[in-house]
Amino acid sequence: MNIAEVKSYIEKTLPGTKLTIVRDSLLIENPADLPRVAGLLKESDTYRVDYLASITGADYLQYLECVYHLFSMERKIGPVILRARTNRENPSVPSLVPIYRGAEYQEREIFDLFGIFFDGHPDLRRILMWEGLNASPMRKDYQQEDREKLSAEDIRWLDEHGVSVPPEFRESQQG
Amino acid sequence: MFFGLGVLRGLMVTLKNFVTSYFMPPDRGGLFTVEYPEKRLPVIERFRNFPFLVYDKDPENPRCVACEICANECPTKCIYIEKDTDPNKKPLRRPAIFDIDITVCMNCGICEEVCPFDSIYMDHPFEVASSDRLEKLLFHKNDLLKSNDYFHKIRPTHAAAIDARRRAVEEKKKSAAVKPSETGQPPKAQNGGKP
Amino acid sequence: MPKSYTVQNTDLLDTQTLEVNFGPQHPSTHGVFRMFVELDGEVIVTLKPVMGYLHRNHEQIAENLTYLGIMPYTDRLDYFNAMTNNLGYAMAVEKLAGITVPERAQYIRVIVSEFTRLINHLSLVGFLLNDLGAFFTPILYAFREREKILDVFEEISGSRMMCNYLRFGGVKCDLSPAVLETMKKITRNFPKFLDEFEALLSKNEILCMRCQNVGVLPKELAVNSSITGPVLRASGINYDIRKVDRYSLYDRFRFRVPLGRKGDTYDRYYVRVLEMRESVKILEQALQDIPVGEILNPKTAPFAKAPRNFKPPVGEDYGRIESPKGELGYYVVSDGTPQPWRYHIRAPSFINLTILEDICLGHKVADAIIILGSLDIVLGEVDR
Repeated sequence: MNIAEVKSYIEKTLPGTKLTIVRDSLLIENPADLPRVAGLLKESDTYRVDYLASITGADYLQYLECVYHLFSMERKIGPVILRARTNRENPSVPSLVPIYRGAEYQEREIFDLFGIFFDGHPDLRRILMWEGLNASPMRKDYQQEDREKLSAEDIRWLDEHGVSVPPEFRESQQG
Repeated sequence: MFFGLGVLRGLMVTLKNFVTSYFMPPDRGGLFTVEYPEKRLPVIERFRNFPFLVYDKDPENPRCVACEICANECPTKCIYIEKDTDPNKKPLRRPAIFDIDITVCMNCGICEEVCPFDSIYMDHPFEVASSDRLEKLLFHKNDLLKSNDYFHKIRPTHAAAIDARRRAVEEKKKSAAVKPSETGQPPKAQNGGKP
Repeated sequence: MPKSYTVQNTDLLDTQTLEVNFGPQHPSTHGVFRMFVELDGEVIVTLKPVMGYLHRNHEQIAENLTYLGIMPYTDRLDYFNAMTNNLGYAMAVEKLAGITVPERAQYIRVIVSEFTRLINHLSLVGFLLNDLGAFFTPILYAFREREKILDVFEEISGSRMMCNYLRFGGVKCDLSPAVLETMKKITRNFPKFLDEFEALLSKNEILCMRCQNVGVLPKELAVNSSITGPVLRASGINYDIRKVDRYSLYDRFRFRVPLGRKGDTYDRYYVRVLEMRESVKILEQALQDIPVGEILNPKTAPFAKAPRNFKPPVGEDYGRIESPKGELGYYVVSDGTPQPWRYHIRAPSFINLTILEDICLGHKVADAIIILGSLDIVLGEVDR
């Protein structure tokens, strides 16, 4: 599948979408266009990209990225790779669940591990990590829990219950 | 077709298997299992379990030179090595501490593959269960060191190939060391002959 | 969206629905998997899968390892099919680094992955029958055959399940003539066993009544929900990555892709039995024409000794294979260092769970168990 052809096809049919070719894939400059592009590829007679194989998040330090690998089960062609970039502070990308059901768990996984919000997802909850975790473990700046030290919550609980915590276990409280 | 015929046919199969399990050899439908602690299946030569270290003559001088390549390449980082030093604090080419935490080790065999000194290999014994998970499942240098004869015993072909290669390398070294004196020339200077 | 099931008889009788947690420790969930089920009597009203109990953030662990160091971790994803997991990962990295694989190694890869398919489908059928209540007779027959194949794996790789056998550009060890002979013997005897296995199961009325028309997965839903593997083919869609991508050497072998008609649990069971027969065909051909030659690309041989020198060029690639459970994809991004920048697994069992609720609604609790069993999940891969 020639990616330049796909690009010109999308630009012709959906005027106003800005696309860039990055490493054999189409970067969608404005993530809000993503559902329109995916819907077009799915419905178009030439491509019939009806199968969303995989969605992946990736952290590139300046921005977060979602990578979509799409194939066609009917025509047995592919892949069409789409990308959408979003900022790190307030990351959000439109959800593809209305178009591809298969995105449901994968988007939940990306939300869980990267903290990207998917607008329009019917049930956006954590899926692999536990409820109440206040971090995104797959981001590059995630600090792994230091098992030698006690967390501030545990120290507070121990203090309340009259257990003296030695100072060497307390250091993480400052950090 | 009668209802229940399929069930009856299935029962015939189980009956056949029940009968053959008593009267047939294992490869033709007989009993396949062995009563484990009393009887044991032979261990396959390439079977790998936790690593061990090889020494040639005495355990004080193992093949290991404490280069720490295995410790760095270990995916689970379960190997801890410290170099030995002589009384003048000069590092020696042998380990003072060589610990493997086998509660963490996952028997992947990458240490064996990366070792450039033919020192670390995967062992056969698999019965390492213990009541103490802290001390008894942390293998120290003395637990790990095993002789080359042992290596020959558990893996005859592999050990023979390694020994042949090591002998070839040594002979090459020897002949390279002998050659200059044979020709009567002084050995070449290390700095490329420059004064 | 899942079709909804309405609670019956609320006006006539004072009924209420019952909330039940299946698992995490429940033998029929095949691991630590939880189904949060709302029941009307015995009928399922809602079903929410809850997972993550076995989560170890494999992807983050992998991003701190060398490319070779990830290989033993991939064994532990889907612990029944270590060889295909290795194959998918090796193929993704080979595509990324542009490494070719010698022919003999390709043949070995095909042989071991087809043996893996046999193992997986055998144990799946056994466990499915266990879920149905046929306690341990079918699964022990299946495990008897599986044992022979695992012995071969131990012979070639050193480990029965955690094989860690494939390397970038080839395989770790060569197959000796004796092993090839054993493989041929297993392949020769396998159809006989399958006939017996089918006589035991396929026409069994109890199995038919329990499985037919239970958990029907329609075609459109299957495609839209990214279902892959035997579950998709049981719904009648001809999509086998071995045929579509023709990766490795699969274009050389003659085999067919079995399809189901209705997409119910029985079809999912039967497609797997037929797939085993096709795998035996591939094995026969591969074992027949395996050539003599090298098993590792000489260009990558030094990296086996020094994994830290293996630095694929900057780029990314998505490698996918038809694993016994579906499309197993590896997405690897390299930044030119010995460690991957991003490493992601498209796990088939994880995504196949998407439709669990849809096909369970309206069925009895006991049917939910066999529907889950026929989806063939392994929690090591679901949770990663």
